Amino acid sequence: MFEAVAFYLFAFLTIAMFFIVVTTSQALFALSALAAGMIFISAFFFILGADFLGAVQIIVYTGAVMALYAFGMMFFDTTRDVKEKQGNKYIIVGLSTLAAVLVVVIFAMPMVSGNIVALYPGIDGVGNTQEIGLVLFTKYLIPFELAAIMLLVAMVAGIVLAGKKMDLSITLMNEAEIEEEKNKKVLS
Amino acid sequence: MEIGLNHYLVLSTILFAIGLVGVMRRKNLLLLFFATEILLNAVNVAFAAISHYYGDLTGQMFAFFVIAIAASEVAVGLGLLIVWYKRHGSIDLDALTTMKG
Repeated sequence: MFEAVAFYLFAFLTIAMFFIVVTTSQALFALSALAAGMIFISAFFFILGADFLGAVQIIVYTGAVMALYAFGMMFFDTTRDVKEKQGNKYIIVGLSTLAAVLVVVIFAMPMVSGNIVALYPGIDGVGNTQEIGLVLFTKYLIPFELAAIMLLVAMVAGIVLAGKKMDLSITLMNEAEIEEEKNKKVLS
Repeated sequence: MEIGLNHYLVLSTILFAIGLVGVMRRKNLLLLFFATEILLNAVNVAFAAISHYYGDLTGQMFAFFVIAIAASEVAVGLGLLIVWYKRHGSIDLDALTTMKG
């Protein structure tokens, strides 16, 4: 009973928040609604017993990704209204629903055929976080390390793209050029 | 009233449809990024639900990797967006068509 109430409450809240994200013409409203929706999504993870995933959802999405978007929005002109594509609404909604149903059918196919087997079943007597650690650092160690390298590459790329004067290399310049660069006024 | 796997899959479908509507009707690149975040979250809900109802941890693992990829996508995408905005003063998709194809 409690689970049903929680599910429907958070389902309604999540759908409402994400609906605001795709319909509002104010970028700041969209940002706030998206952050709220991310937190409501984590409620589903807690209901499903995936505690660690819920905590990661709050920390990474709401803490890191949304904060990054908020900082990024300072670079853009977000106060004016966002212009929309003028298309046929019914075609858009119909295509979207069709594609979403297709995705769910793809997900549901192994269940319909009935040959789904738990590859890494939950371990008795330990919490969710410990289970995650046991599986992640034995069976999924190489994907985990690859994800770490990818995050490092993304961090370097973000710094190079957003930083100032990243096209200059001090190691490739001689002393005179470095002095000249220092004396220049910092533009923009 | 028991909440089953189908409830979560239907919710995931609805969220995915909302995200796709956002991808198709938005012209602003920043709001397009928001819509892709919705898509990734909808799939994460489906992964976590299947993981719970089949007693398998693989779904949660994939949800973690999806979150990691989303985080790096945001870092690189936002950097590119800032560079584009500094050059052209607009992040509308229509302004990106420099080749007039």
